[in-house]
Amino acid sequence: MSDGILPAEAESADALLLASDVTMRFGGVTAVSRLNLTLSKGSIAGIIGPNGAGKTTAFNVLSGFYTPQEGSVVFDGVNIRGKSPADICRLGMARTFQNIRLSGQMTVLENIMVGCHVRRRCPWWMAPLGFPAFYREEEEIRTKGQRLAERVHLAENLDDQAGSLPYGAQRRLEIARALATEPKLLLLDEPAAGMNPQESLELMHFIGHIRDEFDLTILLIEHDMKVVMGVCQYIWVMEYGALIAQGEPDDIRRNPDVIRAYLGEEASPGSVL
Amino acid sequence: MRLDRNTFLSIAVMALFGLMLVQAETFLGDYQIYIVKLIFINAILALSLNLIYGFTGMFSLGHAGFIAIGAYVSALCILSPEQKEMMWILEPIIWPFSTLFTPFWVSVLAGGAVAALCALVIALPVLRLGDDYLGIATLGFAEIIRVVIVNATPVTNGSLGIKGIPGHATLLSCYGWTLFTLIVLARLVFSNFGNVLRCIRDNEIAARVMGINVFCYKVLSFCLGAFFAGIGGALLGTHLSTIDPKMFNFLLTFNVLMFVVAGGLGSLTGSLLGAAIITVLLEWLRAIEEPMNLGFVELPGIPGMRMVVFSLVLLGIILYRREGIMGTRELTWKSLGTLFGRGKQ
Repeated sequence: MSDGILPAEAESADALLLASDVTMRFGGVTAVSRLNLTLSKGSIAGIIGPNGAGKTTAFNVLSGFYTPQEGSVVFDGVNIRGKSPADICRLGMARTFQNIRLSGQMTVLENIMVGCHVRRRCPWWMAPLGFPAFYREEEEIRTKGQRLAERVHLAENLDDQAGSLPYGAQRRLEIARALATEPKLLLLDEPAAGMNPQESLELMHFIGHIRDEFDLTILLIEHDMKVVMGVCQYIWVMEYGALIAQGEPDDIRRNPDVIRAYLGEEASPGSVL
Repeated sequence: MRLDRNTFLSIAVMALFGLMLVQAETFLGDYQIYIVKLIFINAILALSLNLIYGFTGMFSLGHAGFIAIGAYVSALCILSPEQKEMMWILEPIIWPFSTLFTPFWVSVLAGGAVAALCALVIALPVLRLGDDYLGIATLGFAEIIRVVIVNATPVTNGSLGIKGIPGHATLLSCYGWTLFTLIVLARLVFSNFGNVLRCIRDNEIAARVMGINVFCYKVLSFCLGAFFAGIGGALLGTHLSTIDPKMFNFLLTFNVLMFVVAGGLGSLTGSLLGAAIITVLLEWLRAIEEPMNLGFVELPGIPGMRMVVFSLVLLGIILYRREGIMGTRELTWKSLGTLFGRGKQ
């Protein structure tokens, strides 16, 4: 599809992210097939589905790691198909990873400061020449990093090595680093993975809070149904790379296709979901 | 930057050290001064490789190439036209190089600049490779430079090398260039720019998602490293007063790599310590190559023996202190304070 006018435009004037007919194949395997997503500004939405349904591939397409064979992705009015992850981040999309990707040897604060780099104004060569503007900005970045660390309850661990933190704290640190890039859209890949019920509950509140505080739109992949149903306003369900259902949490809970995908043919509606 | 206590202490120590070096000739012999100068030059080389390998994580084995470029360019700049005319006996030296004649500091900077330029040219294709493949490609590059130097007789005087390079690399100027390298790199590495480089080293995918143009920063780090390697090479040339292509084989790269690894990958002060300790050790171990009289038996001197002992020392480092002397930590006033505070208790 070309860069021009897109079909669903009329109904999605306030859409921040618009994926239309996105298809991603690896050799003979179609990981994502004709995916359509419309994400409106300020919402929290989720993608769910069984293992291998293509959720993370969809994320990788949205964040620019893969260029889809077909379809287009429009983010904030810009067609981002074929753009690099770095460019997409600059446009205002940030993400976290299912398997946490932090610099384990660096401290908590340094990790967050890396996220601030993309919004930096002074170029690198100002550092050795000792420009005061560079050091002022350096100070700003440090303060911003400390503030974000406080926001994710890591203020006491500023100088700890990121790799030495417990799992849940590493997830929060990854979110803080993503927030440091000043995103409009935050993609969270299984933020509650490996958390106990108490931690997941806190995470739900936390996601709601940061959405309001940082004026974000959030799209998340999650297996924990409590989290998904509790926090998301809209849900897409994927199976074998295709969307099988979409709607509000209550509709999804009762949708027979979704129940079949998760529990098999014989399950009775509403038993687990 | 505010002048806080630690910066003040650092400046004071640097100045004191400088003053000491001014007076060095009164209490050090020629040989000791030679070694101290070599330590400074090796420290520059180690710092430059540490930026590339230790901080950005690019396994580059092309350092000897950059050092050679720096040494040759500065030697061509610094020799007088008459000297050059006399020395190029195989083939006469060609035009722009025959009349080139610049002051010492310009020649050193020119050496660095040309090395950085060559680094830029090879970085564009080569830095797309990862890990070990990058090592192989850069090793090949260093060999190409060496072969080019041997064969470009009208420019480099071929395998005869260049002799009689004026010894402008005094103790103080070596110290000055080391400080220059250290300060530039420290300012870069301890700013957020350094965090970005380390993030690229630890997790390239994360860096890309954080909006960092990874390739661009890799090229930048590679060229900066090559620039300082070129400066180190220029100083090495004037220090030894004679250079030839055989000096710049892969053993030189491995020597520098040894300083960096022994000092600690990702630690500037570690590189300084590594360069100092290993340079001194290599000289000190010369004693065991001489014939020894143990009273009951006379041992003949075995040339190369020090390298055997040296390998054992390195094996010891790798076995018992794999991360090097400093690891990724830095020697700061704070860490020194806790060290001595603990000592008092």
